[in-house]
Amino acid sequence: MIHDFTYLKPGNVKEALAMLAQHRDSAKIICGGQSLLIIMRQGLVVTEYLVDIKGLDELSYIIYDPQAGLKIGATTTHRTIESASLVREKYPVLAAMETRLASIQVRNWGTIGGNLAHADAAGDPAPVLIALNATVTIASSIGIRIVPLEEFYPGLFETVLSPDELLTEVIVPPPSARSATAYQKFNLLESDQGIVAVAVSLSVNDAGVCRDARVVLGNAAPVPIRAKNTERVLIGSKLTEKIFAKAGETAREEADPVADIHASEDYRRHLIAVLTRRVTKEAWEQACQA
Amino acid sequence: MEKQLLRFYVNDQEYELFINPKTLLVEALRDHLGFTGTKRGCDTASCGVCTVMVNGMAVKGCSVLAVQVNGMNVTTIEGLEKDGKLDPIQSAFLDEGAFQCGFCTSGMIMSARAFLNETPVPKDTMEIRRGIEGNLCRCTGYNSIVRAIDAVAKGKYRGVCDDSK
Repeated sequence: MIHDFTYLKPGNVKEALAMLAQHRDSAKIICGGQSLLIIMRQGLVVTEYLVDIKGLDELSYIIYDPQAGLKIGATTTHRTIESASLVREKYPVLAAMETRLASIQVRNWGTIGGNLAHADAAGDPAPVLIALNATVTIASSIGIRIVPLEEFYPGLFETVLSPDELLTEVIVPPPSARSATAYQKFNLLESDQGIVAVAVSLSVNDAGVCRDARVVLGNAAPVPIRAKNTERVLIGSKLTEKIFAKAGETAREEADPVADIHASEDYRRHLIAVLTRRVTKEAWEQACQA
Repeated sequence: MEKQLLRFYVNDQEYELFINPKTLLVEALRDHLGFTGTKRGCDTASCGVCTVMVNGMAVKGCSVLAVQVNGMNVTTIEGLEKDGKLDPIQSAFLDEGAFQCGFCTSGMIMSARAFLNETPVPKDTMEIRRGIEGNLCRCTGYNSIVRAIDAVAKGKYRGVCDDSK
């Protein structure tokens, strides 16, 4: 049963920020509500004011600029991102991830900003966006700040957002030459969240050596984490099956998974090892062809 | 709590409701307007029985606040039949026996209709299966449902019923 709240419908971002500044801790933001309404019904979230930004078209856009990269407004739906030819062409991993996020109905109404701000460690977009070195733009009535998505999650279901702040945009840098990003999650139903998920970005230099690597583990710790020891295994080498396997073993150690009804801690570590090996290989093969 | 005025269209008919803003779309449709063809199942956006179309898009009525569809067009299972004639997808479900207990049927048909509107010519049956991934059926094993959607996609009902929606 959802507790009563006062519904506030701002006409634009400025009004939304003024409402947040006024009500601070007493207000929650709803966009698509695909996660929020479920936990409100479970009584886990009780709020005096609900600020509805779903209709703010001002924040619904996908723009590409060769210098700045891809900019996605917070109220853009998953479905819009997955179907955008711009995304499919320049960031195929992002479109592929979105296509496997929950179900069509959820993707039609749910938004990228809402998903990221919900801060579920099992969410699909965050690991991929962190692998792509994305930042988020955060606005309040006094100004904006830009935070790497990697630093956006201090803890389980927590973000660095202050009560008067709104996540307004995601920025993904332009893809670098000879690089690729791959993502896989392990789940029983395709529309489920991953029991674990792994995103890997790799770039290769002219000598065929791995120049840079970003390995991100999803649902393998309270927040999406960079597996930096795993990255060190990859950087500076010509990658082979042996190194892919070593990367998997390193990620197994580096993860900090919990046990829950979906999987034990050991099983999660096993899955992380397998997926890291596979995803690293997939990213490597794509980067070498790029 | 202050009640909110919601003005929207359901199956091309305009309605006005003065409701508690926590009212879900499925509650507005079923409890306030009597469109009980839309079912209520898991309430966690998992099962899909509450699927309706909002401005042509399939959404789960249990996970949308009714006030968020202000000014929009909602289509429920009751809105598919036109002038006493079933929608092709409804006829196909009957012909293929694409239900047993029937609880998933209205949500399944709304997802199927939205899918066919967006994808009139699916590449293969896997694409059809992906199109209804957000709907669970515990009886049929999905094969008869997929056959029904495939039959409409292959034009079996063209001319028999209006397929222009």
